[in-house]
Amino acid sequence: MDNTIQVSDLTQGYGRTTVLRDINLTLTPGTILALIGPSGAGKTTLVATIMGMLKPRQGTVTVLNTAVPNRPLLARIGYMAQTDALYDSLTGAENLQFFGTMQGLRRAAMPERIKYAAGVVNLQPDLKKPVQDYSGGMKRRLSLAIALLADPAVLILDEPTVGIDPELRQQIWHELHALAASGKTILLTTHVMEDAEQADTIMMIRNGEAIAQGTPAQLTAQYHVATVEAAFLQAGRDQDAHRRND
Amino acid sequence: MRIGAMIKRIMLELSRDKRTLGLLFIAPLFILTLMYFLFQSNTTQQATLAVRGVDSTLVQAIDNKHIQIRKVTDTTVSARRLIRQHDYAGVLTQSGSKLTLTLQNSDQTQSALIKQSLQAAQIQLKMKAAGTTIKTQAAALQKLARALAAATRRVPTASAAPAGSHTAAYSLTTHYLYGSGDATFFQTLLPIMIGFVVFFFVFLISGIALLRERTTGTLNRLLATPVRRGEIIAGYLCGYGLLALVQTILVVLFTLYVFNIQILGNLALVLLINILLAIIALTLGLLISTFTSSEFQMVQFIPIVVIPQIFFSGLIPVNQMAGWLQAIAHVMPLYYGADAMSAVIEKGAAFSAIAGDVGILLLFFAVFLGLNLLAMRRYRQV
Ligand SMILES: Nc1ncnc2c1ncn2[C@@H]1O[C@H](COP(=O)(O)OP(=O)(O)OP(=O)(O)O)[C@@H](O)[C@H]1O
Ligand SMILES: [Mg+2]
Repeated sequence: MDNTIQVSDLTQGYGRTTVLRDINLTLTPGTILALIGPSGAGKTTLVATIMGMLKPRQGTVTVLNTAVPNRPLLARIGYMAQTDALYDSLTGAENLQFFGTMQGLRRAAMPERIKYAAGVVNLQPDLKKPVQDYSGGMKRRLSLAIALLADPAVLILDEPTVGIDPELRQQIWHELHALAASGKTILLTTHVMEDAEQADTIMMIRNGEAIAQGTPAQLTAQYHVATVEAAFLQAGRDQDAHRRND
Repeated sequence: MRIGAMIKRIMLELSRDKRTLGLLFIAPLFILTLMYFLFQSNTTQQATLAVRGVDSTLVQAIDNKHIQIRKVTDTTVSARRLIRQHDYAGVLTQSGSKLTLTLQNSDQTQSALIKQSLQAAQIQLKMKAAGTTIKTQAAALQKLARALAAATRRVPTASAAPAGSHTAAYSLTTHYLYGSGDATFFQTLLPIMIGFVVFFFVFLISGIALLRERTTGTLNRLLATPVRRGEIIAGYLCGYGLLALVQTILVVLFTLYVFNIQILGNLALVLLINILLAIIALTLGLLISTFTSSEFQMVQFIPIVVIPQIFFSGLIPVNQMAGWLQAIAHVMPLYYGADAMSAVIEKGAAFSAIAGDVGILLLFFAVFLGLNLLAMRRYRQV
């Protein structure tokens, strides 16, 4: 089967600085990948490159067998940015409607999709409120609902679970697993190890390099530790040791 | 459909931002009203002119409601002294056929009044003199015509109007081609201001709107959808173009019914020019906002981009400026906008008369639009 996301030998940066080096990544339909790594490691940069917001400096990125950047391709990717980009004076429903139209959702399908997306994040009762009256978590949820709106084949979520309570997090993960089961591909970044453990594969990025990649079970086995968190810390120490030896 | 959604969103956002709405629709009327009263009062201004040894015919000719004549007989004091002592706006002295005008010149409008009145008086006197010569010539002409008529009596001509009917006395009445005798500076100002107000507010509000989209991240979010860069700009153009249309209609209605000022030309042309100015202001505002990182920086561009346009919009006659200044005027959109607007409002110009201005405005728009599409590439390459 074709890979949904294929990143080969990617080097990426801003201006003169290089942020990512030699990143390789393959995602097949129906899988969930969690990107973890310290703050400033380059997770958002990788996500932005896969979205086509940044042109790969070296290497190639293809999504759904199309090389990025590609504008029409964006219609098939549901994106949730790390910072909530919402129109504050509009209500939740109006934000959903607007971004739905921009994403290319047909008007006829709109009410039903809005109902579904708002339902996943428990936001139906607040849809009529202007976003400026939302709490931080509510804004995150609305951003996630926008990503889910157009029933995209690929979901790219940059820290989707920040500010979301445990009960709702469970509900969201339930939905993400259901989506994956129906053949969608999901890539998300997170700092929360519980979230990472829910994913099929985990990729650790540190100092712009992919230092470890595999299923949660593989990672804990590889580093002879009990938890993903411990594996992550161990991988980081190994990278530092390796660098000192260079 | 995407453009429609953009327009709807812009309208929704604005409808919930009462202050900006107020700024867009009330502020222009406020400014115009203020100017109306400021420049209207100019007509009642008077200047005191002292005359010394000036022919009474000339004094009579000078005398009008704006000039107060004071006769001075003392020939020993200097004109400067007289002005200082009595606070005259000017002193006119005649010796022989030579006139000397000394002006206080601390208030240029008063100086201008005196100079104008003096000029007008001289013209009036010349006309009178010419009138007398014409009268005698006319009498001779009439005689000739009669003789001619007698000679060609047998030839029936349709145009044999009695030539004698033209010998009426010559008196000067002034007809104003545009406006009336009591036209004020405000009337000259109005067309310029109508264009400027739209330009200024659309520039500021649209520029800041796009800037906010950038700083809040919604622009990036928008560019993560398959929307075309052109569609974003088109949405802005239509949305703010519509606003400019409403604003212009409001200003024009206000002009017509509150100031009671006639717009001689076609209203559709006034709207057309303002829409053009609005979309230029918009594309310029969007363009500049891509090079700024905060509202504060956007405001800093006003003295550079907006204020100079006023100077070259016709408040100061451009054709009397130094050559290089005229060259600057010709790169200012408002120069063409105000030119066309004045032509339509004051002279009732038809479309053909302003087609040149409209063409250049369209060119400005095309250039700014192209630059915008390029600038948007900074955020998404496709
Ligand atoms: N627009 C930008 N211009 C220049 N440098 C940038 C830009 N965005 C990010 N960087 C740099 O790139 C590096 C990686 O940033 P990135 O946002 O990808 O980190 P991250 O892994 O997403 O971090 P976090 O977990 O805090 O979100 C950082 O060192 C950051 O300073
Ligand atoms: Mg990040």
